Amino acid sequence: MATYLIRRLLIAIPSLLGISVILFTILALAPGDPFSEMATNPNVPPEVREALRASFGLNDPVMVRYLRWLSNMVQGDWGFSFASRINVDDLILQRLPTTLFVVGSSQILALCVALPVGIYAATRPYSVFDQIANTLAFVGFSLPTFFTGLLFILVFSVTLDWFPFVYRSDIAATGWRWYWEMFRQAIMPITVLGLFQAASYTRYVRSAVLDVIRLDYVTTARAKGLSEGRVTLRHITRNALIPVVTLVALQMPAVFGGALVTEQIFRVPGIGSLLIDAILANDTPVIMSVTFVFSCLVVFFNLIADILYGWLDPRISFS
Amino acid sequence: MAGSTLASPSADPAAGAAVSQVSVSPGRETWRRFRRHRLAMASTVVLGLLVLGVIVGPWLWPVAINEIDFSAQLQGPSWSHPLGTDDLGQDILARMMYGGRISLAVGLAAMVVATIVGVLIGALAGMSRKYADPILMWVTDLFLSLPQLPLLLLIIYLFREQLKAIFGVEGGVFVLIVIVIGGLRWMPVARLVRAQFLSLREKEFVEAARAQGATKMRQMFRHILPNALGPVIVASTIEVSSAIIAESTLSFLGLGFPPDIPTWGRLLFDAKDQLDTAPHWALFPGAAIFLTVLSINFIGDGLRDALDPRRVI
Repeated sequence: MATYLIRRLLIAIPSLLGISVILFTILALAPGDPFSEMATNPNVPPEVREALRASFGLNDPVMVRYLRWLSNMVQGDWGFSFASRINVDDLILQRLPTTLFVVGSSQILALCVALPVGIYAATRPYSVFDQIANTLAFVGFSLPTFFTGLLFILVFSVTLDWFPFVYRSDIAATGWRWYWEMFRQAIMPITVLGLFQAASYTRYVRSAVLDVIRLDYVTTARAKGLSEGRVTLRHITRNALIPVVTLVALQMPAVFGGALVTEQIFRVPGIGSLLIDAILANDTPVIMSVTFVFSCLVVFFNLIADILYGWLDPRISFS
Repeated sequence: MAGSTLASPSADPAAGAAVSQVSVSPGRETWRRFRRHRLAMASTVVLGLLVLGVIVGPWLWPVAINEIDFSAQLQGPSWSHPLGTDDLGQDILARMMYGGRISLAVGLAAMVVATIVGVLIGALAGMSRKYADPILMWVTDLFLSLPQLPLLLLIIYLFREQLKAIFGVEGGVFVLIVIVIGGLRWMPVARLVRAQFLSLREKEFVEAARAQGATKMRQMFRHILPNALGPVIVASTIEVSSAIIAESTLSFLGLGFPPDIPTWGRLLFDAKDQLDTAPHWALFPGAAIFLTVLSINFIGDGLRDALDPRRVI
């Protein structure tokens, strides 16, 4: 298992490097430079600006700048936010837990909906339940998160007044009351994101279960006299989950994209809304770092999927 | 078998010959199978009406999209404004028809970009027997693990001003959005095309073409590609809907098209702060996006059924 883990980790490093090359190329190709603000500022004399450029190494060749940028990123020196006046890594670390909380809960919700519905639909293919589930899944992933978010606000906040539509990180309450308020304000973002993902996961689960349900070993399990529930849960589902893990991992970029939109709608103070704020404030160091963090998260979750894959499918050799 | 009693009419050789005489072209057969998918047929009608609406609509409803009327702010649907007005008294129906043209055009153009790039990369990887395949597939997997929305935002933030100078405000943003969305969405097509090429290139008809001296290009584009098109058509249909969602998302975040170009996502962005007083302002553009995306997805599903020869309908 340890060698398998290390091998997966070693495979993740080239993809991170590739992503960093893509990011840096985009930044290097872009017009303008981080000191354009100073160029328009008459209080900064040209020779001071030139000295600053030299001290930051902006006149060096592009390869040197890439290596320096990369080593800074690896060492956690992510620069200084122009807008917030604090270090970028502190800023992101403040915001990251909220994003992970919202994304994680919504994934759990999505799987809690998709697994039972998908399995039940696949054990009765083309039944009324299957057709309704299939149509609803289509509706679900055709509804963009920004529209469902607005609909939820319209129905549950404006009309029914059940939930607050602005997410606050500073709730003036303690103990159970704090947890209750957190739950109340998190429920809409999590539901919006979770249901959107549940729609596509349901289709994955259904087709994966349909693929294994007719295999001989399932017939054997039935012939042994196992109960239908045990056959479905222990024999069918475990094998059907293997392709689902891969597909869920492939969805990760879309999940973080959806999280960005939901955070923006519900004003959740995560790294997604930090990215939008930074773009509106022209805060380049923050923008670059947040994009890089998103990439790292995607690679990290792909790594987790690989490990899960090895655990679910013993045929994958760990040696 | 000769002289024996036939068990059923369908086993009658004469009847079999009669059926095979009715020649059915592949296109007609696909259409017959597509029609069996009722939701896909209904979606074709809905999408057709939407497309017709945004193309013909502005002539039938000749109201300027930027006609400001402060006496008619945030009004609900009425005869003079069928879909109501926004906070400047501008007619939402006229704005939606104008914006719909752009949203649909972005979807189609980005699909074309994604399909061309995907087919080229997939075909190159699928035909190569040396190093090109693993390298191209590594790049494809790398692109698949890029977080697309943050990257889209980053690129648009960095390059918007430059392209505005070259293509003008509207054209610059259009070109940028199409290239970036298309350039970040070619991977599914490339994987499909590669998989098809890997199996098709070993088939006898390709070997026959090779034996007759067909060049590699001719084998690829004349013999293999036409046989690989079915899944590509399905994938690129779905690309249209994801490109429309991507563009609407950008505009919804306020970072896509500028405010004077009312794409559907931009209308939602403007409407979201008036949700309590003027819900119609957000509901109509949102419903338009939803209907378009849903019908394109259903059409893709219908095409998948119709173009898969193994599926019995």
